[in-house]
Amino acid sequence: MSANKVSSPAREFWERFTTNRFATAGLIIIAVLFLLSLAAALVTPYSPDTIDAWHVLLPPSTAHWFGTDELGRDVFTRVVYGARVSLKVGFVAVGIAVVVGTVVGLFAGFYGGWIDSVLMRLVDIMLCFPTFFLILAVIAMLEPSIWYIMVIIGLTGWMGVARLVRAEVLSLKSRDFILAARVLGASDLRIIFRHVLPNALSPVLVSATLGVAGAILTESALSFLGIGVQPPTPSWGNILTSGKDYIEFAWWLSLFPGLAILVTVLSYNLVGEGIRDALDPRRRG
Amino acid sequence: MANYLIKRILMLIPLLLGITLITFTVIHLAPGEPVEMQTAMSPKVSAQSRARLREFYGLDKPLHVQYAKWLGNLSRLDFGRSFAPDNRPVLDKIKERIPITISLNVIALILEFGLALPIGILAAVHRDTLLDRAISFFVFVGFAVPTFWLALLCMYFFGVKLSWLPISGIHSLGSEQLPFFGRVLDLAKHLVLPIAIATFGSLAGLSRYMRSTMIEVLSQDYITTARAKGVKERVVIYRHALKNALLPVITLLGFSLPALIGGSVIFETIFSIPGMGQLFYQGVMARDYPLVMGILVIGACLTLIGNLLADVSYALADPRIRHGKG
Repeated sequence: MSANKVSSPAREFWERFTTNRFATAGLIIIAVLFLLSLAAALVTPYSPDTIDAWHVLLPPSTAHWFGTDELGRDVFTRVVYGARVSLKVGFVAVGIAVVVGTVVGLFAGFYGGWIDSVLMRLVDIMLCFPTFFLILAVIAMLEPSIWYIMVIIGLTGWMGVARLVRAEVLSLKSRDFILAARVLGASDLRIIFRHVLPNALSPVLVSATLGVAGAILTESALSFLGIGVQPPTPSWGNILTSGKDYIEFAWWLSLFPGLAILVTVLSYNLVGEGIRDALDPRRRG
Repeated sequence: MANYLIKRILMLIPLLLGITLITFTVIHLAPGEPVEMQTAMSPKVSAQSRARLREFYGLDKPLHVQYAKWLGNLSRLDFGRSFAPDNRPVLDKIKERIPITISLNVIALILEFGLALPIGILAAVHRDTLLDRAISFFVFVGFAVPTFWLALLCMYFFGVKLSWLPISGIHSLGSEQLPFFGRVLDLAKHLVLPIAIATFGSLAGLSRYMRSTMIEVLSQDYITTARAKGVKERVVIYRHALKNALLPVITLLGFSLPALIGGSVIFETIFSIPGMGQLFYQGVMARDYPLVMGILVIGACLTLIGNLLADVSYALADPRIRHGKG
């Protein structure tokens, strides 16, 4: 770093993050995916739901990079449009989980006593359920909708964040700067959100990034089972459903959407690990 | 130790109550009723007979009354009768499905630990070498592979392309006629893929965890002391370090249970295995309330038991708790 550059925590973090080649690659892949899915109509000449009875189940070719499906739709186009679903689900579901988890963790840790006991027992109880069972039960009872899916994945995934935030708050609570704020007459809410929260956020950031990966996997599994995103809207999971039905004749229907999930989830995990390493004071060189 | 056990078991009571409460709330707050599923098909069903059906199932009562009644029945291990046409007791239906799911998951769990622990130790001992990097790469890919997709690919390669293994069910047609050994072989052939997939699903997480606890232990002072005394590296790793690195892994055993059970929905549906996961999926699709609630409660209780066993074995293994007041 040159001497005349101002060194801020954010810049230091960024410099450490970008020295990690894998994490940087992950970030670039995610950015490209976002751009591709937003500019889907420019990327491909086909529309995701035009049925073409003359070109059914064609293997990959220069006209159809990923082949066509059982209704003659271009698989590459459907994978690109399907990215919208996966990226959206990841963000919104984890957003909900982080907000709920952070609020629960903040209040449990800050107030302690019976509030803490009640909230943490709730966390214990929620952690007992096989999450996928719980999600399946609720989703199947509701009208199929991508919004429900995001909300349910979020509401069943906040417990880890709550525990993390609570632990951070407990260690911050007795620090001098909190005492100072209290002496200055700051209210509980001001202390919680102005002074405690910003200091407890870094572990949350890591777990949120890894959570996005988990949410994408869950959504694709739900869509694969036929209770997630409903056709004709393409999602990586529901393309794989027809992949299963035609597995004997059309391997490309199974291969490409799965690879898309794999690459996306891998990228988020790499970015998550990169953030963890960049934030970890023990690894600062 | 006895105190610790008693405390631990008493703590289960509020958790059990909470599990039933959440199960009940989740199922009953969702819109849509089983009566609708049964009547929607035939428009001839009158409002009266619909009301009679609701009354028959007790759905006309206020929610807290329904909950109290359900909870009372649960305490006598009565999970009610299935809404499906066969109308059999839920517990019977679950009982005949549980053995296959549990045995699949136990085998997968044993394989998972048997493979993940050595992999994790290997990576930790050879930290930052090419071997460690290769293992890390495998672990990251393993984390990201959707299990159902892997199942599809395996079905394609081993089932369709090579036709080495059957890809659905747990018996071949006419396998009853085979001699005992033949039947066992037939069953084993059907289970190879599902077990392999279930194992692979959680291999990555566990080996990563093992690696990081092992690295942490290897940096402790007593390891340096042992090495300084001239203890052989093999003894340092397998005698001194491993014991302590294994402790936190025990707790993970309990935690991995809900994930495994949850995962069984996916692979049992894909491979058409008649286990609890498949039963749950069918129950959910048919809005079979008593069955869905029964499996949710039993699934959560299995996790509870798993956690208890893990905690107790942790306490037994850790002298600080074993000899302390707990």
